[in-house]
Amino acid sequence: MAFLDIAGIAKSFGKSRILDGLDLSVGKGEFTVVFGPSGAGKTVLLRLIAGILQPEAGDIRIGGTSILSQGPEARDVGMAFQNFALYPHMPAFENIASPLRARRTTEPEIRRRVHEVAELLRIGHVLDHLPKQLSNGQKQRTALARSLVCSPSVILLDDPLRNVDAKIRYEMRQELPRLLRAVGATVLYVTQDYKEAMALGDRVGVLLDGRFRQIDTPAGIYGAPDDTRIARLFGDPPINLIETAARDGRITIAGTAFPAGAAPGAGLRPEDVEVRFEPAEDAVPVDLEAVTPLNVRTVMLLRAADGTEILASRPEDQGDDPGRGRRRAWARLDLGRALYFDRDTGARLPAATA
Amino acid sequence: MSFGRILRGILLTLVGLFFLFPLVWVGLMSFMTNADILRSPPSIIFSPTLENYAALVAGELSTNVGALKIDYMQNLLNSLILSAGSVVLSLLLGVPAAYAFARFKFRLGENMAFTMLSFRFAPPLLVLLPLQLYFQDLGLSDTYIGLIWVYQLITLPLILWIVRGYFEDISEDIENAYRLDGHSWLRTFLKIAVPLARPGIAAAGLLAFIFAWNNFIFALILGSSSIQPVTVGALAFITASGINYGQIAAALVLSILPTLALALYAQRYLVEGLSLGAVKG
Repeated sequence: MAFLDIAGIAKSFGKSRILDGLDLSVGKGEFTVVFGPSGAGKTVLLRLIAGILQPEAGDIRIGGTSILSQGPEARDVGMAFQNFALYPHMPAFENIASPLRARRTTEPEIRRRVHEVAELLRIGHVLDHLPKQLSNGQKQRTALARSLVCSPSVILLDDPLRNVDAKIRYEMRQELPRLLRAVGATVLYVTQDYKEAMALGDRVGVLLDGRFRQIDTPAGIYGAPDDTRIARLFGDPPINLIETAARDGRITIAGTAFPAGAAPGAGLRPEDVEVRFEPAEDAVPVDLEAVTPLNVRTVMLLRAADGTEILASRPEDQGDDPGRGRRRAWARLDLGRALYFDRDTGARLPAATA
Repeated sequence: MSFGRILRGILLTLVGLFFLFPLVWVGLMSFMTNADILRSPPSIIFSPTLENYAALVAGELSTNVGALKIDYMQNLLNSLILSAGSVVLSLLLGVPAAYAFARFKFRLGENMAFTMLSFRFAPPLLVLLPLQLYFQDLGLSDTYIGLIWVYQLITLPLILWIVRGYFEDISEDIENAYRLDGHSWLRTFLKIAVPLARPGIAAAGLLAFIFAWNNFIFALILGSSSIQPVTVGALAFITASGINYGQIAAALVLSILPTLALALYAQRYLVEGLSLGAVKG
């Protein structure tokens, strides 16, 4: 049975409907990432669960009991805010100890648990600093420690890595799942970085137009997105969406015909496009327009004769240097891995009809 | 040094002289005899005397037609009681009200806040006559409580509107976070909102104190000599036999001291940073 159960939640601000009949169930101890573009209502969802906002319709249950009638202080929910929201007039120790004090924990127990969680997050040496004396990484860890310290039944993390520098973000992306698993927490994690979503989540929920459009494992969403919009959100460089025309059991992609089933529109990940510099039988002749080296990968922009633009990406250290200038090339499309979408609705078609 | 900086220095000195000279002159006058003060042309060379202060403390005003009883020390005490009393009452009422206006949107909230402010629009003389009649019926005239009540017209709107702005500047998420930690909203108000708005509360309190201290008209009409503050008490120095400039100056110096001390004390709260870098913008 779901531990955190959200059913039919609706929330509007003024005339704009932010959440519209949203459903989500999360199992105990599960790490769920809420992913969506900015303005999708991710933070609003967390605030509804925390009790800072009230929904207009729907119900939120934790462990089978509705929590909507409870104030934020009674919900046993921990939250780390995107802007940290530390108490500026209290040292880090008191910031972290605050949830314990609210539960009237004894002084030695408070000290023990604050130090324990501070060691875990490696901020033990700055506990007597005021928030303004902490670096962004330390602030973020302090906020995290505060949300973890009394092991709440649900932990809400609102894009906690947004305001920290790249190095800490990378470190925390490695550490966080281990940490949260260690405390056995049920986590909702909000982000608009698809890499973070893929790296952290047991499951990822894609929030679009006020609802979860797809909830699946990271691999499931990347490999089989439900529609073109989701496909485009996951992946950098983004997926190639190419118009195709089907005739006589062959489909034409970017002016070149391939033997394949009928398909109205094809999606091809850039890593499934192989670029060659000699003519090849089953390849689309293209012009190589631009090359962008991204350390371990090189991204190439190709343009076919009919104007179709295709992105290709491949590991950096290949024998043939693509050079910088414009040149003739041939793109081999791995159609076995292509995704097919309905042209009108954008919905993904099952592979069988492709 | 650039020309701009020299010019700025000169202008600042001029402004300083303009505003501080009267104060300095009053300070000097308080150590002069009436004869020194009235000498023409005036001179800053004179033999200082503590006579004026002594007369005030003793409550004896010696004029050329004999000694006159004045109770300036009592006036000073009255001023202190009235001002401090009304500021404390205003803080107790105004700070929670300011918080409510800043944080919660409720029916007629804006109208109520504006009505509070509009108390300051009405000329005091307009309300004094009816007030005087009420006060006599209620037995409030000539009492500290009655005057402190009327002083709320001065201090409460000031505190309400200044402190409200400071509460609005505190990130709501800091309070939300504290609620989520498991604290009640009352504790959140006392432990988060009030400490963070302290510079604003100090500034508003100080300003309200000065306004209350300087009030003249309410105390003149609604209080008799036993509860009158220094502003009204100073009238006693205009006697039938002439004006005692020396004592007036000494009285002025004495009446400035409490507000000056309070301002110096509150200064460190005024300059305290508001949000102390808790929230990254």
